[in-house]
Formats: sequence, structure tokens, C-alpha cells
Amino acid sequence: MIRLEKRPQPSQFWTAFTPVLAVMLTMVAGGILFAILGKDPFVAIKTIFWDPILGDFAFYYRSQLLVKGAPLILIAIGLSLGFRAGIWNIGAEGQYIIGAICGAAVGLAFYPMEARWLIFPLMILAGALGGFLWAMIPAILKTRFNTNEILVSLLLVYVAEQILASMALGPLRNPEGSGFPGSRNLRQYEAASNQELIANSGVHWGVIAAFIAVILAYVLLNRHMLGFQIRLTGQSPRAARFAGVRPNLLVVFCLGASGALAGLAGMFEVAGPAGQISIDFNVGYGFTAIIVAFLGRLHPVGILLAGLLMALTYIGGEAAQATLGLPAAAIQAFQGMLLFFLLAVDVLSNYRVRIGTTEAA
Amino acid sequence: MDLSSINPLVLIASLMVASTPILLAAIGELVVEKSGVLNLGVEGMMIVGAICGFAVAVESGSPALGFIGAALGGAALSMLFGILTQYFLSNQVATGLALTLFGLGLSALIGQGYIGIKPPATGDVNFGPLADLPVLGTILFRHDLMVYISLGLIAGVWAFLKYSRAGLILRAVGESHDAAHALGYNVRTVRLMAIGFGGACAGLGGAYLSLIRVPQWTEGMTAGAGWIALAIVVFASWRPWRVLVGAYLFGGVTVLQLNLQAAGLDVPVQYLSMSPYIITILVLVIISSNRGRASLAAPAALGRVFHASS
Repeated sequence: MIRLEKRPQPSQFWTAFTPVLAVMLTMVAGGILFAILGKDPFVAIKTIFWDPILGDFAFYYRSQLLVKGAPLILIAIGLSLGFRAGIWNIGAEGQYIIGAICGAAVGLAFYPMEARWLIFPLMILAGALGGFLWAMIPAILKTRFNTNEILVSLLLVYVAEQILASMALGPLRNPEGSGFPGSRNLRQYEAASNQELIANSGVHWGVIAAFIAVILAYVLLNRHMLGFQIRLTGQSPRAARFAGVRPNLLVVFCLGASGALAGLAGMFEVAGPAGQISIDFNVGYGFTAIIVAFLGRLHPVGILLAGLLMALTYIGGEAAQATLGLPAAAIQAFQGMLLFFLLAVDVLSNYRVRIGTTEAA
Repeated sequence: MDLSSINPLVLIASLMVASTPILLAAIGELVVEKSGVLNLGVEGMMIVGAICGFAVAVESGSPALGFIGAALGGAALSMLFGILTQYFLSNQVATGLALTLFGLGLSALIGQGYIGIKPPATGDVNFGPLADLPVLGTILFRHDLMVYISLGLIAGVWAFLKYSRAGLILRAVGESHDAAHALGYNVRTVRLMAIGFGGACAGLGGAYLSLIRVPQWTEGMTAGAGWIALAIVVFASWRPWRVLVGAYLFGGVTVLQLNLQAAGLDVPVQYLSMSPYIITILVLVIISSNRGRASLAAPAALGRVFHASS
């Protein structure tokens, strides 16, 4: 008979080790999935996890690691603050889209002016502000009307997607694009482009922002009163209220911060790797970032590592698509599986597993 | 714009069809939440049901088998959630999100070979002379079987929760799992059964989309229907008949905006398309702003982890 016994406090060893265990279990289960799809599981796993870093074409893939990882880390850092306090913003995808639209709109409004020192910082501000305001909708509805922030933030993703489509077809459409949907390409507009800072490294301003976000989140959580309040609320909402934490303030801060970071990620993406506002601009970073946040144990440094690992599955997945014909959806299922395993093995950090006879209840 | 092209009778009839997927998913989720479990994976179970039903129907040529396959597929996926939350005691919010993310990926994977295929047609129920009744005939008696099954489910769930002993046990588990456990009820088993029922209903809802409403398979075709179903459960204050009202209200908005698009209303299509989501949010706000009532209606143990020795 297997029994679970609650630990007085979460085991530190298992807290650190469960993500590793989850990744290993996912590789096994993913291998089985790939074998069912008729691919050699060992080759598939190697193509996804090994080749992009150490294979023949690694020089190309390594830079992609940062390009794909930066938005994931930026968004996940923001989400982790709320998740710690039990505030569930799962609409980061929408905030990401709105941030991109706002950032791009500011950049395009100045076209073809040549004042990068003015335009690019303004775009960054607009991106962050756009995401922030979009996240303020669930925040204010939550604090004023007690409306569930999970449902509101998620439903707003679909609204944001429609706004994106109408922008790509309407106000932001490239006037010289012969009627095709999509805006001007910001990468070809010097003053607004988020170009690579070091050639072939993949480092753009979004990557820098992601690193800054990791450091700031670490300082906030460990050295600042607000960070303490976030952690306290997550562990014991009742104790937090006695300690004088104002729950509404936390809701506004956590949703606002995650919205602003998601908006930033969207702005850096549209001005750099993506280049333009188009109907299918968003590719689900906002949802994958949820997995990143959990895989990183809601800890800034953990999220940094988890973001890079998740970026690796994207890049490796694309490589496996090209070389092995592995369907794109397989990677999506693989990422979902990872979160499942993580949540399952998490039981080890909160409970002791006892094997033996049950005591009389 | 030509408003006269909108026929109110056809509008009401198509409203019932448009609401059915959400109605099915919402009544399933209502039972799950009544047992004290918050499963945010409705969207994932719906889309897996959509492709399972579609694949089975296409391969077997029988829509009925398709719906059975969809219910089984949805229930199987929900068991993943059930095992994780009931035996591995994982956080229900996070696990539900995982279920949705995984379901979207899995369905796209299964559905690769089924893009652009037409499923076998589902016939309408033949009510004979009833279908020729002037007004009621169009509205009530010219639908496919699933519309009536969904209405039957609402009545069934209502009666089950209100009048049956099993329904009482389910509600007891949802209100206080510790008390129910102390009385000797098996909290986990009750909840697993509720979760399985919710999964099957969500699967049916998804299959209704892919087999009847659209009817076609496209990736991500549920487009938030599962989340709207979750919102409707809150809107309904966990009461079965109000789920019907909520789902038909939402279906009405969806159908109306589609008709306005077709009639050529001078508003960009995207703004009409986002209206169902915005109205769902508005309705949520109105319902939840009444703090006292909303919190009283929710099952007291909703979303809490049950660990027997604690």
C-alpha cells in the first residue's frame, strides 16, 4: 500500500530535481510518441535536444536559442510573479499581441523619419504600455467586480487576435504592399528595427530585456517588501491579510507587470525576428510561457534555464520537422506532456511517499 | 445593409445549433465543479473530442459511432487530469491548463490526415407532421439528435443533482470533502467519475462542432468554446437550467453576429467576430459583481486539494 505523507515544508532537493526528472520522463514518453508516429525515437530525441547545440549546424541554431528563448523568458518572468501569489494571468498571448500592435503602430507612425534615439525608445514604451493596459482589464474587473481573472484574461486573447487581424488588414496595412495583409517590414526601417546587436549571436534588445527582467525579478522576490508579500500571499493568503498585505494592490501589480513584460516581448518580436504585424503574427509564446514558468519553479533563474530549454524544443522541433518529417504538432504535444510530468512528479516535493501497511484511521 | 434578409425563425433554430457544443461542455463541467473540482481543461477535452469524433466518423462512416468515440476520447483525456489531481495531488488550475495545452497539440497531431475531408452527414430527426407546424416546426422539430440529447442531459443532470441519492453524495463531496470522507464516501472515486462525465460531455461538444456545426476538421477549431463553457458555469451560478439560458444567450450572440456579417453591416468583420467574447466577459462581470450571491453559489470545496490524512 502506497501512502502519501505531507511534508512540513517542501523538500529542497526535490524542488530542484523534479524539473530534471520531468524532462527525462518526457523524453521517454516523447520517444514512445515518436515511435508510434513511425520515427526512430533515438534519432528524434537527438535531433531535438542534441543537434541544435552541438550538431553540425549548431552555429545557426545557437543564435536561434536566444531569439526564441527571450520572449518566453520575458513573459514567464511576469507570469511567475502572479502564479506565486495565486493570481492567474493566462492571457499573456493577448497582452503580447497588443504590445506588438502598439509598438509597431508607434514605429510606423514615424515612418520614414530617421530618429532612432527617439523612435525606438518610444516603441519600447508603447509596447510595455499596451500590454500593461490590456492586462489592466482583468485586473480592474477582478478588484472592482470580483470577476475571475483566469476567464477574462483568456477570453481577451481571442479579442486581441481579432484586433490583430483587423490591424493587419486595416490601419496598419502596408500602403505599398499591393493590398496584401500585413504591415511594413520594420526590419527594413532602420530607426524602428530591433536588430542583432552582435552579428550572428541572436542577441537583440529583447534578449537584453529578458536578462534584466530575470535580475529585477530576483531582486524583487528576495530583497523587496513587495516580493515578500507576493510569496507570503501564495503560501498563506490568510496570514498575508493579517500581515497587512493589500490583495487588490497585488492583483494590479502582478497582472500589470506580467502584461507589461508580455507587451515588451511582443514589441521586440514584431520589430525584430517577426518584422511585421501580420494576421498570424502570434505563435503561442504566451501559452508556452506558462509551461516555462512552472518548469522554472516560478524562480527567476529557473525560468531562465527553462526558457532556453523550451526554446530548444522549438528549434529542435523545427529541425526534426525538416529532417525527419516530424509533424509540428508533435512538438506542441511534447511540450504539453512536459507540463503534465512536471505536475505529476511535483508530488514528491510536497509529500513523502511511504510504502507499507496503513495505520488504522 | 439588408436586415430583412435575417429570418427570425431560422435565427432561433440556428441559435440552438450554435449553442449545443457549449451547452454540452458546460453541463459536463457543471457536474465536475459540483463535485468540488475545477477542470480548466475543457478546451483541450473539446478539441480532442472534436478530432476523435471526426476520425471515428470518417473511418467508420457513422456519425453515431463518431460521437461515441468523441465521448470516450474526451473521457480518456479527462482521466489524465483526474489521476494527476486526485492521486498526485497536483494544483487543479495548473493541471487544467496543461490539459488544454496538451489537448491542442495532441488533436493537431491526430488530425493531420483529416484536413479538408468532409465527415458523413448527420440526418435530422424525423418528427413527421410536427416538423411542418408553422412556427414551432422550424424552431423545435427540425434538428439533429444531439440537440435533443443535450437538452435531455440538462434535465437529467438537474434531476440527478436534485432528487437522487448519488447526486446528493456528489454535492456533499463538493461542499466539504472532509465531511464526506468522514461519512465514509470515497471522495476520489466520486470525483473521478464526475471528471470522466465532464470529459465525455466536452468530447461530445467538440464532436458536435467538427461533425455537424462546421462540419470539417481544422486545427484549433474550438476557438475558445471550452473557456466560454467555463464562463457559462459561473454565469449559471452552478444551476443546470441556467446553463441552458447562458449557452443559448451566447449562441444567440454568435448567430446574430454571423447574420450581421452576412447582411453586410458596415463594421469590420473582426469587430463582429470578437463580440461573443466581449459579451461573455460583460455577463461575467455582471454576475460576479454581486459578491454575496456569487460566492454562496460556488461549491465550497471548489479547487481545493483533498488529502485524506490531513
